[in-house]
Amino acid sequence: MKGIITVVGKDTVGIIAKVCTYLAEKNINILDISQTIVDGYFNMMMIIDMSSKSSEFDDTVDELKSIGEGIGVDIRLQREDIFDSMHRI
Amino acid sequence: MISRREVQETNKMISEANLDVRTITMGINLLDCVDSDIEKLCKNVYDKITLSAKDLVKTGDDIGKEFGVPIVNKRISVTPISLVGSACKSKENYIRLAKTLDRAAENIGVNFIGGYSALVHKGMTEADSLLIDSIPQALAETRFVCSSVNVGNTRSGIDMSAVKRMGEIIREMAELTKDEDSMACAKFVVFCNAVEDNPFMAGAFHGIGERERVINVGVSGPGVVKRALESVRGADFEELCETVKKTAFKITRVGQLVAREASKRLNVPFGIIDLSLAPTPAVGDSIAEIFTEMGLECAGAPGTTAALAILNDNVKKGGVMASSSVGGLSGAFIPVSEDHGMIEAAASGALTLEKLEAMTCVCSVGLDMIAIPGDTSAATISGIIADEMAIGMINAKTTAVRIIPAIGKSVGEKVDFGGLLGSAPIMRVNSKSCEAFINRGGRIPAPIHSFKN
Repeated sequence: MKGIITVVGKDTVGIIAKVCTYLAEKNINILDISQTIVDGYFNMMMIIDMSSKSSEFDDTVDELKSIGEGIGVDIRLQREDIFDSMHRI
Repeated sequence: MISRREVQETNKMISEANLDVRTITMGINLLDCVDSDIEKLCKNVYDKITLSAKDLVKTGDDIGKEFGVPIVNKRISVTPISLVGSACKSKENYIRLAKTLDRAAENIGVNFIGGYSALVHKGMTEADSLLIDSIPQALAETRFVCSSVNVGNTRSGIDMSAVKRMGEIIREMAELTKDEDSMACAKFVVFCNAVEDNPFMAGAFHGIGERERVINVGVSGPGVVKRALESVRGADFEELCETVKKTAFKITRVGQLVAREASKRLNVPFGIIDLSLAPTPAVGDSIAEIFTEMGLECAGAPGTTAALAILNDNVKKGGVMASSSVGGLSGAFIPVSEDHGMIEAAASGALTLEKLEAMTCVCSVGLDMIAIPGDTSAATISGIIADEMAIGMINAKTTAVRIIPAIGKSVGEKVDFGGLLGSAPIMRVNSKSCEAFINRGGRIPAPIHSFKN
């Protein structure tokens, strides 16, 4: 199962490092990262492979959210299917 | 591969335009619970519902979390209770059944259970009559139970004796719950051409043509349509329609995904997606705002019926391709109390009951969540219902009336239900009498299906 992580918020040092460290600890592989800054706002999308995950999807959603809260950005993890369904026939 | 723009578009729909899955509704057949012993019947009903739907709420919440889209309501619809309780032969027994449904709903944590219903479009059985007599008390003494009565359809006409009775019981339930702004009336709907797979309340029931259990999903997103229309301001109608269609397609795809997933996890077959634009009282989640975006000063202005027709038709066109099975009431709902733009239009006098009636010819359902003065007579309420049923019967569409006589209140005041049901200004009702017309009783025979003029 693939998941999509989005991070939106004010740019600061170490956002990617924090997210990636967490994912590595959980044995979650990153398949793709794209990132940009618009008007000082950090905007990142990450596609991850959850098939060898060591924790439940739900828990990962919560943990990423709280990491985001710690550094003042909004971090979401969603299953890729919702985007596929909406944008691909 | 999914692009960042696409991810952003979806997430903006959710976080800024109130895209949500409005309800996952599990339909449950209760015919196998039938017993002439009320104790056994109530036990069978309670056990079947709580066993069938024990994981419904958790599953809905889990799916919502994984996809990152809110799944607002989890609900149950059951076989029309007039049939399930027909061997019990008393009004008191029906009320016990209503309380059993209420307990079952509370136990599994759903916010409504629909199906305290009777289908009387060609006349009433004794059981139907008992159930209808019990509706006011049943709704006044339960919290989660929703009730509906189908009084007409295009194939068999309208049972006008039932229409007369509906006016009476609506007044009764309003009186019984007058301390809560006649709340019971918000849980009761009268239908013409009721559908068997509607997941939305108050009119949901599990039709007798349905399977043992089924998952029906209602998707919503008036705010998403409004946002999309902001990008085509001033464009012509072709472009307007295309935009609504494309947006409806995207919204419905989310519903289809959620429905499939819920069906798989609960091991209950998928039934239909109901792609209804259902507003909520929140700003940015309103059908009236869509009218404004289309170019009307407010809901009720000349052009409103045309705007609603465009919206309703293109929501269906876009949604049908997005799902393997579309059903329910699909289209645009226009409940007054649940839509802040409609509330404002009604309060300012721009939107009248007569204009709403015209709009129901082209919307997905009918006169919905409309508060009227508390001194409106039962006959006048029946007259309003008869008009709405006639629109449904002749035009072969579902129409409904969910109307609230606000006891002790008059035009200029408002009723407040809180939550999703919102608040409604009390609307003026034509004061001329229809009593002699309603008192005739009997049936309006089925309409002719040719010579469509």
